[in-house]
Amino acid sequence: MITKRIIPCLDVRDGRVVKGVNFEGLRDVDSPVALADYYSRSGADELVFYDITASSDGRRIFTEILRETAKKVFIPLTVGGGINTVADFDRVLKSGADKVSVNSGAIKNPGLIEEAARLYGNQCVVLSVDVKRVGGEFRVFAKGGREDTGIEALSWIRRGVESGAGEIVLNSIDTDGVKQGFDLEMLRAVSEIVDVPVIASGGAGCIQDFITLFKTLPKVDAGLAASIFHFGEVKIRDLKEAMQKEEIPVRLMR
Amino acid sequence: MIAIIDYGVGNLFSLKSSFASLGIPAEVTSDPAKIRAADRLILPGVGAFGDAAEKLRESGLKELISEETRKGKPLLGICLGMQLLFDKSEEYGEHEGLGLIPGRVTAMRGRIPDSLKVPAMGWNALHFRKDSALFRYVEEGDCVYFVHSYSAVDCEADTVAVVEYGTDITAAVEKGSVYGCQFHPEKSGTVGLSILKAFSEL
Repeated sequence: MITKRIIPCLDVRDGRVVKGVNFEGLRDVDSPVALADYYSRSGADELVFYDITASSDGRRIFTEILRETAKKVFIPLTVGGGINTVADFDRVLKSGADKVSVNSGAIKNPGLIEEAARLYGNQCVVLSVDVKRVGGEFRVFAKGGREDTGIEALSWIRRGVESGAGEIVLNSIDTDGVKQGFDLEMLRAVSEIVDVPVIASGGAGCIQDFITLFKTLPKVDAGLAASIFHFGEVKIRDLKEAMQKEEIPVRLMR
Repeated sequence: MIAIIDYGVGNLFSLKSSFASLGIPAEVTSDPAKIRAADRLILPGVGAFGDAAEKLRESGLKELISEETRKGKPLLGICLGMQLLFDKSEEYGEHEGLGLIPGRVTAMRGRIPDSLKVPAMGWNALHFRKDSALFRYVEEGDCVYFVHSYSAVDCEADTVAVVEYGTDITAAVEKGSVYGCQFHPEKSGTVGLSILKAFSEL
């Protein structure tokens, strides 16, 4: 059976990992290449690199970092942030990305998903959505979760999959940073309307949160988190051993 | 030297990088002279079977690959490159493959429970049906990374490993010097790299 994936997310700006990192035995703590290598050796199933630079110079540095990482780390890499055109897809895919995640770019240009899926295949196109509850409905937010687009999230996601998105990253703004667990209600609503993989993001604070996620929602395929991994609050090795004890299908390193 | 055959299908960055990290000389090429001179061949591929088979035929690479493997030169097909080794595929119509391994490629949807997602994307554990030099560093139950919607059937005689995804799915095949992996060794961490290393030692 395909195992549940554990995915650390690295926010990269000016060539460095932004959310602080605190690891024993890792000297260059904010080097994306070193951190990616560390996670790969710890048993991460996939990595997400998120480009949070705004300048074209920053974009060039990010692309270079991506190349360096892909030369050393041989697990799937998803790249997001600043993906607005198929030229952006082309740039990161040629630099070693396996999947490309679109967020605001798809809101600005809804044709982007379809165009990219046709060129690179559905498996390559990830729709990342920042969602928050507003007035009793799930609402899509843009600009890193700062701007309410007014778009209802479930219909947006359904349309995204119909257009060719091969995977959904659902980031709940309501639970993000709270560390009280994933947003099970929102994840359930999404996983029931799509038949592509769903990655849960936002809210993980401890190992038990991942166990609860996969036990409660078997249709969710992966759990993504950033700072709890970066700060060593959750060690991927420990997490996976706990998952195995709970009989959740998991890939263990030997 | 290993020739990674470039016929305009898929992204070869990781494959090239994984050989580089192993210190094994490998070159991405479509040059027939280099393919003839290479001591091993890799047939990569991502995308649709029909397009890829057409590109191999049009470019003359189909005939060249068959010729080289007849001499006993090791060939490793990866993902769509593995599927192309078979007689035919039923992906959007019927398309002829290289015919190097008997069998055909069909949609997994219909063969697996509806509750399972297609494409099958993620890590799955290898279960070996027979020994293979390609997997000399790999252990029963080691996980490798898959992204696919179609898989090979009617190839039991040449099946080396399967994975469980509602039913047994062909994961690796071998016939003479022709090898195939449905998964991506270049994306399968240290297990995957050990398979590429073993290929360079065949």
